[in-house]
Amino acid sequence: MKTYYNSEDLKKFGKIADFQKPMADKFFDYYGEVFKAGALTAREKSLIALAVSHAIQCPYCIEAYTVDTMEKGCDEEQMMEAVHVAAAIRGGASLVHSTQMMNKVKEISM
Amino acid sequence: MKSLKAQNHPLSSSTHELEVLEAQSEITPFYKKLKESGLFPLKPTQIEVLQINMGKMCNQVCKHCHVDAGPDRKEIMTRDTMGFCLDVIRNENIKNVDLTGGAPEMNPDFRWFVEEIRKISDKINIIVRCNLTIIVANPKYNDLPEFFKTNRIDIASSLPYFTAVKTDSQRGEGVFEKSIKALNMLNAVGYGIAGSGLVLDLVYNPSGAFLPASQSDLELEFKKKLSSQYGIEFNSLFTITNLPISRFLEYLIRSENYESYMEKLLDAYNPVAAANVMCRNTISVGWDGFLYDCDFNQMLELKVETTGSQHISEWNQIQLLNRNIVVNQHCFGCTAGAGSSCGGTTS
Repeated sequence: MKTYYNSEDLKKFGKIADFQKPMADKFFDYYGEVFKAGALTAREKSLIALAVSHAIQCPYCIEAYTVDTMEKGCDEEQMMEAVHVAAAIRGGASLVHSTQMMNKVKEISM
Repeated sequence: MKSLKAQNHPLSSSTHELEVLEAQSEITPFYKKLKESGLFPLKPTQIEVLQINMGKMCNQVCKHCHVDAGPDRKEIMTRDTMGFCLDVIRNENIKNVDLTGGAPEMNPDFRWFVEEIRKISDKINIIVRCNLTIIVANPKYNDLPEFFKTNRIDIASSLPYFTAVKTDSQRGEGVFEKSIKALNMLNAVGYGIAGSGLVLDLVYNPSGAFLPASQSDLELEFKKKLSSQYGIEFNSLFTITNLPISRFLEYLIRSENYESYMEKLLDAYNPVAAANVMCRNTISVGWDGFLYDCDFNQMLELKVETTGSQHISEWNQIQLLNRNIVVNQHCFGCTAGAGSSCGGTTS
């Protein structure tokens, strides 16, 4: 079945350079630098990436960072807690907007 | 759970395993990667370690076991074969003897053999690959920590994770709890305690089709969790990559992870790790005395190439030092990422 997302395409990520090499090179250099251990450990960065992958709902990123967090020694509980952080922020972002709704309700109500 | 052999599973045949490994045409042959790294034919550097497989009998049936060990395996090294091993250790001045299995402690001559090795020299570094649960499996094994201490044995024990769920999923129901109990017993006699001189190392291998984490990062995490939650101390953590043979190969195929796992190993090929593979300084002895380049080749029944020195009883140091090491596709497991050996990473 044809789908918009194909897990085989994840392996082709590097091929984006075929259409625009200088920008791709800059991006991958930057990407590599970002994920190196720094003030945060590589493991912490991987968990952040896993959470963000879920927030932006990128199937490629979810697959890549599920494997990566496991290869950084994380377990399922830690990974799911990271996803809950993403979910809490997404849910909170919706709910905090309800203050606008409440403001408007009050504005137009007797 | 039964061993693959007891199930008459096709993958209990090393011939079939090798056919499977060699059939994946999209994976570059391992020897070609070695050639690119200037390492083919792969030669030994020296013989520093004699790794002796004392038998395939084990009280556990781990899902990833490359030995296909378990209670239903009856292959056990005899005292005669141990005698040939002692001759080699004595005559060739072997500095490191690494006892593995199965559960080596289940061999009825295990204690005799350890004491005989120790009689040869105080300086020999004797490692026992203890699965931990054997210590609490039966009252007759409860004094093993004292026995190890008396004979100044280094202990290397598998513990796939610091939680019960992950450990038990790989090594069997209840294994984590028993392992913690055994680790407490080892700590109680001084193993893993700073300043005791009694070495207790743990061995991590991934519970699935992925590569191990950074050895140093994971060691910190293990130390923090095992100390704070269970009061357990240990010396070092070794990370080991699962090689695609025996039960782990069966798992990879059954779970449809085989092709992607082999691609992952190939993509992660590291020439530095290849230069430092353990087969370059180790000889592996099978339960029946035959010689292999490593424990994995042993399970694939790939004997050393030296036709005049294929059994411990006909050990020929010069021939063994000049041999070409036998390689195949499973070797990608030892050269991926930071490398993998019985002593952890190699680069």
